[in-house]
Amino acid sequence: MAQLIKQGQLVSNDEWHLIEDDAIIADYGIISLKRWQENAAALLPLAQAGKIGLLLNSDETADLIGDDCRQFVLIAVNFPKFSDGRGYSTARLLRERHGFKGELRSVGDVLIDQLFFMNRCGFNSFALRDDQDLNDALAAFATFTVCYQNDVNDQRPLFRRR
Amino acid sequence: MYVYDEYDQQLLNERVAQFKGQMERYLAGKIADDEFLPLRLQNGIYVQRYAPMLRVAVPYGQMNSAQMRALARVAREYDKGYAHFSTRQNVQFNWPKLEQCPQILADLAEVQMHAVQTSGNCIRNTTTDEYAGVIAEETVDPRPYCEIIRQWSTFHPEFAFLPRKFKIAVNAVPGADRAAIQVHDIGVNIIRNAEGQIGYRILVGGGLGRTPIVGEEIRSFLPEEDLLTYLDAVIRVYNQFGRRDNKYKARIKILVKALGVERMAELVEAEWERIKNGDSKLTAAELERVKKHFTDPAYKTLSDEPAELTSARAENAAFARWLQRNVRAHKQAGYAIVTLTLKQKGTPPGDVTAEQMDQIAMLADKYSFGEIRSTHQQNLVLADVEQSELFALWQEAKALGLATPTLGLLTDMICCPGGDFCALANAKSIPVAEAIQLRFDDLDYLHDLGEIDLNISGCMNACGHHHVGNIGVLGVDKKGEEFYQISLGGNAGEDTSLGKILGPSFARDQMPDIIAKILDFYVAKRSEGETFLETYRRIGHDPFKEAIYGPAH
Ligand code: HEM
Ligand code: SF4
Repeated sequence: MAQLIKQGQLVSNDEWHLIEDDAIIADYGIISLKRWQENAAALLPLAQAGKIGLLLNSDETADLIGDDCRQFVLIAVNFPKFSDGRGYSTARLLRERHGFKGELRSVGDVLIDQLFFMNRCGFNSFALRDDQDLNDALAAFATFTVCYQNDVNDQRPLFRRR
Repeated sequence: MYVYDEYDQQLLNERVAQFKGQMERYLAGKIADDEFLPLRLQNGIYVQRYAPMLRVAVPYGQMNSAQMRALARVAREYDKGYAHFSTRQNVQFNWPKLEQCPQILADLAEVQMHAVQTSGNCIRNTTTDEYAGVIAEETVDPRPYCEIIRQWSTFHPEFAFLPRKFKIAVNAVPGADRAAIQVHDIGVNIIRNAEGQIGYRILVGGGLGRTPIVGEEIRSFLPEEDLLTYLDAVIRVYNQFGRRDNKYKARIKILVKALGVERMAELVEAEWERIKNGDSKLTAAELERVKKHFTDPAYKTLSDEPAELTSARAENAAFARWLQRNVRAHKQAGYAIVTLTLKQKGTPPGDVTAEQMDQIAMLADKYSFGEIRSTHQQNLVLADVEQSELFALWQEAKALGLATPTLGLLTDMICCPGGDFCALANAKSIPVAEAIQLRFDDLDYLHDLGEIDLNISGCMNACGHHHVGNIGVLGVDKKGEEFYQISLGGNAGEDTSLGKILGPSFARDQMPDIIAKILDFYVAKRSEGETFLETYRRIGHDPFKEAIYGPAH
């Protein structure tokens, strides 16, 4: 079980879980993009009711779900390896282009030293890899107090603030 | 020069603290080796053949004397008393201890220096013309734009884990290019359009390495305030679609080749269209703020060619030769641009000792408003020297071994660290450079040969830019033995071209003779005033090949 951080805190009673494409859909199941695309009409009420979430793999760009992302309360973006940085663009585009307001969760190879960047790109929950030290992880969100660029949390780059 | 305000300093201090913490966690066994790798790389630390290697950023080649002294201190206290200037205007230390790197970075932060993103799969140090701001020919001073790019690229939250490293170079001189922008992931050419507005011509997909490619134009004119949004768009497309399955095919050049530059342009334009009017669009106030850091120093009102210069030149042939080669015209009357060459016989190209660094800082304070630049050719520049002081400067520089009058000539070579330091090398490169320097040490001969770029890399990663040397030397491994392959006709200037391989490779001890044969052939074939490259381009590759290997059967 991954350790989950949400709003700067450890969450222990989280019910969301990934569901394989051939498994039966259960509440708080996170389904694949493929399953959604093949069955969107039938799954829509479940998504809108907040009963299912969506998983985007690192090779699935935000544009593949597009504005439909707003139908979900939770989208998980998978980092198969920490060095695969596609999920950062996915997150920003879901937030900044497609107006996703729900819970955006990083899953997979999620390590302490990525949290600061992930947070800036719009993730607001983080399924830390098991072996990561939780206290170090919580501290990582405060690594920098200054950022040059704009990000999902502040649309103004430093040059519009300094 | 750009001076940090409290924001810049705060950010850098936080970076130092972050890396100190990361190192502690690593040493405590809380971070695995492969996970520490990108963290140390993004702080400039490679682990090499004998020791870690620390690469310190010199943003677009600009330093002040205090920074040079700080680098000298690092060389002395944490290394073996010397440092190496690289082809990307950075400085490398070859022997620091891993555990000491956080302290070195803390020391450097006190003089506003760092190793941020000097390595790793992220946006690297932006490079530009070493004569930026002091030559009359440039359209505008490119340094404010480089600084704007530096800030935007520093800890960019979206682009810290790109498919591969990403290098941006900027040139603002029409008809010349000392920054080699055509062999960078993105080349930014600052231009004026027909209406006189400043903007950029953008090239994409250039690079050397295993698959050398000359960059292609992706946008003919980008307005001045759109720089960052456009860069965001290009790199966002690359981050999403660049290959990640094979690190040799992961550079943006491979994506551009696969898609074609037209398709790449469509994707980028579509992305850009959606972000170009966002808050990252540059403001007039920001452009103004950054440009204010690069105003002219307090030049005196002087005239060109003062009497003391004229007489010193007439009386001293060696000084005259240095003036001719290593000193260049300045935009300001009465001033000159001086290159201190790091190509002393017997030392690897780009190497300087801590003592020399202290002395260079002293020369900068005494003669050039305390500023120094590093160059793509692995030399240093004092950009604002009064012409009447050139003779005095020359005497001091000569005593320090920094006045070899060979800028742009055969022995002003580019050379990578090669097998002496680098774990990836197929062959040593420094001994080849040294053998060539020793063989061709007759200044009359070198001056007669004229301008030639000779570039040496120890393997196909091409850190020594052999593809764009007029003469390129590449270390290859033949059944466990070190051999060297020669290519001819490369060029990194405005009309960039990639060299063509001459033929089978040679053993190391043959190299000086082979180079001599190539040069003799050029001298025999050249017409009046023709450079090596011009002769090669006129007569073609095959005659050179025949001169070396004999007639084809
Ligand atoms: C000794 C440690 C070094 C290692 C392990 C190293 C490694 C590499 C590798 C693997 C590449 C190929 C990257 C690619 O094509 O994707 C490369 C390219 C390059 N390196 Fe190095 N390098 C080292 C030192 C240097 C030094 C000292 C310089 C400057 C003199 C330098 C300048 C460059 C440049 C300019 C490129 C070409 C970049 C391009 O392909 O666009 N490197 N290096
Ligand atoms: S060209 Fe090869 S040998 Fe030379 S520094 Fe680069 S990786 Fe090492």
